[in-house]
Amino acid sequence: MGSLSGPLDDPTRDAGYPADHPGRVGFFTDTSVCIGCKACEVACKEWNALPADGVSDRGAGGDVLGMAGMGYDNTGGLGGSTYRHVAFVEQRVPASRSAPTDLGMPSMDLPGATQSGEHRADATEVRWLMSSDVCKHCTHAACLDVCPTGSLIRTEHGTVLVQSDICNGCGYCIPACPYGVIDQRPGDGRAFKCTMCQDRLGAGMAPACATACPTESIRFGPLDELRAEADARLATLQSHGVTGARLYGRDPDDGVGGDGAFFLLLDEPEVYGLPPDPVVTTRDLPSMWRHAAAAALAVAATVGAAFVGVRR
Amino acid sequence: MVPDADFRSYHDRPIIKPPVWKVPDVPAYLYLGGTAGVSASLAALADLTGRPGLRRSGRLVAAAGAVSSVAFLIHDLGRPERFLNMMRVLKPTSPLSVGSWILAPFGTATGLAAASELAGLLPGAGRAAGAAGAVLGPAMTTYTAVLLADTAVPGWHEAYRELPFVFAGSALASGGGAALLTGHGDGPPRRVAVAGAALELAASHRLESRIGMSAHAYRTGRAGRILRAARAATAAGVVAAVAGPAADALHRRRPRRRRLLDAVAGLLLNGGSAATRWGVFDAGMATAWDPAYTVVPQRERLRRREAEQEERHE
Repeated sequence: MGSLSGPLDDPTRDAGYPADHPGRVGFFTDTSVCIGCKACEVACKEWNALPADGVSDRGAGGDVLGMAGMGYDNTGGLGGSTYRHVAFVEQRVPASRSAPTDLGMPSMDLPGATQSGEHRADATEVRWLMSSDVCKHCTHAACLDVCPTGSLIRTEHGTVLVQSDICNGCGYCIPACPYGVIDQRPGDGRAFKCTMCQDRLGAGMAPACATACPTESIRFGPLDELRAEADARLATLQSHGVTGARLYGRDPDDGVGGDGAFFLLLDEPEVYGLPPDPVVTTRDLPSMWRHAAAAALAVAATVGAAFVGVRR
Repeated sequence: MVPDADFRSYHDRPIIKPPVWKVPDVPAYLYLGGTAGVSASLAALADLTGRPGLRRSGRLVAAAGAVSSVAFLIHDLGRPERFLNMMRVLKPTSPLSVGSWILAPFGTATGLAAASELAGLLPGAGRAAGAAGAVLGPAMTTYTAVLLADTAVPGWHEAYRELPFVFAGSALASGGGAALLTGHGDGPPRRVAVAGAALELAASHRLESRIGMSAHAYRTGRAGRILRAARAATAAGVVAAVAGPAADALHRRRPRRRRLLDAVAGLLLNGGSAATRWGVFDAGMATAWDPAYTVVPQRERLRRREAEQEERHE
């Protein structure tokens, strides 16, 4: 049994692999360059031979190809048949970003009159946030911890994988995930999620989504290299005045020990459907067992005491 | 509900995935396991203290509860034919794995004790099996609380300290109540039922006063209605359970009236216990569906942490 929470350098070693296991790989999804093309979703569906699904309250299933008032989002969220999900967020923001550049062209207006297109304080414009969500491959993965059959495992690459031939569809992993990633596939009964293309990793290939991404919004590689890349990218954006930019899931000190798949976001995580401060539920499991043991002892004591000193 | 004006979400969609666990399967599994656990303990002590009626009723209820609990668990699986994969490993980090390893020997032991009881054969083996079931019984009543709490569902996880005591009280009330219902409630079972009902009510109250925002889900909507009905049934069950002996003490003993009151008490306590499990289940589901229960407390936690860090820097 590995550790349940806190920073952990090598979850693969913690899971019992020998010291010469392959390095931990991951995704860095830079949403600032995502164009919402959904190539990642389609590539994932194709490579993993996943059935189509549509919007419903719980991700996969129902309302095939419906848009359900959610911008250009027709998958709604990650689910049992959707391992990559592109979120579309349409926002009204102050129009400061579109202040026109003066090209020194002759004007049709009277001298001194307001120039057409000039920035007004109350002007707004639309901005689109697009983000390709995926399983976070947590350092401390609650889905893996709570799986009663051993179907969910840590792979040699440090990722988290469902072995479908073992899963009995108990569904425990589904509410255990603090990100709402893994889900039951309707009509199948078992739980599914991103495999980080385990079948490609072994052959030295990158996952299908990262390969298909035309803007390099999805980057795949050794996790420590991705973290350094992300830090540099964040510094660049901040130097350009993109104050909303932030890294999400990069910090090994966070509630899940850092994510194997982390993000650069332009707004608060909940806007993209991500929890702002996720914590692996099994962090508290030792205390849960202690409370349950105390309550069980209370049951035993109550039943035992009930037999003491009763007239028959 | 949107209690916080700052609260934002992605098109109001849930953040965590609501459990795919079904009703009545999972609430019934929780309730039956608890009832069976206490009944097994009652039966074994009845055996030791020479109460054959209570022993028989306890053994039969324990076995029936264990078997039907397992049936509901299997029915809820996405792949029921793979149920035995539960016994593939023993994982202390998985409450369902630990629970399976409690439930399987408990079901076997209580089944053997009940078989011995019904067949009237091998009383020594029946006693040994009954004792094994009695030892596992208390664990049966509370591991299910960890099962719910060890999730990202705010209404369950936030309640991880209180939930085992709610389930313990609920199981004592229904286990004692089952003996009242079968007409063997005099003495220990009545005490167990009343003490359990008191624990169930007190622990539920403490849960709702301590878990913060998620308490709202325990008080409103369908879960709130179910839990109010559960409390009313449990309280009425206590009144009925003590009414029989009280009436006997005041007036001439009337065994028929006593039996009727005990049966009503048993039904009310079991109804209240089952409704408590269902209400807790439903309240958790409500907190899973509404992203506010996930986002608002986590935002609050972040704000507190940032304030602490600023203080440290100053």
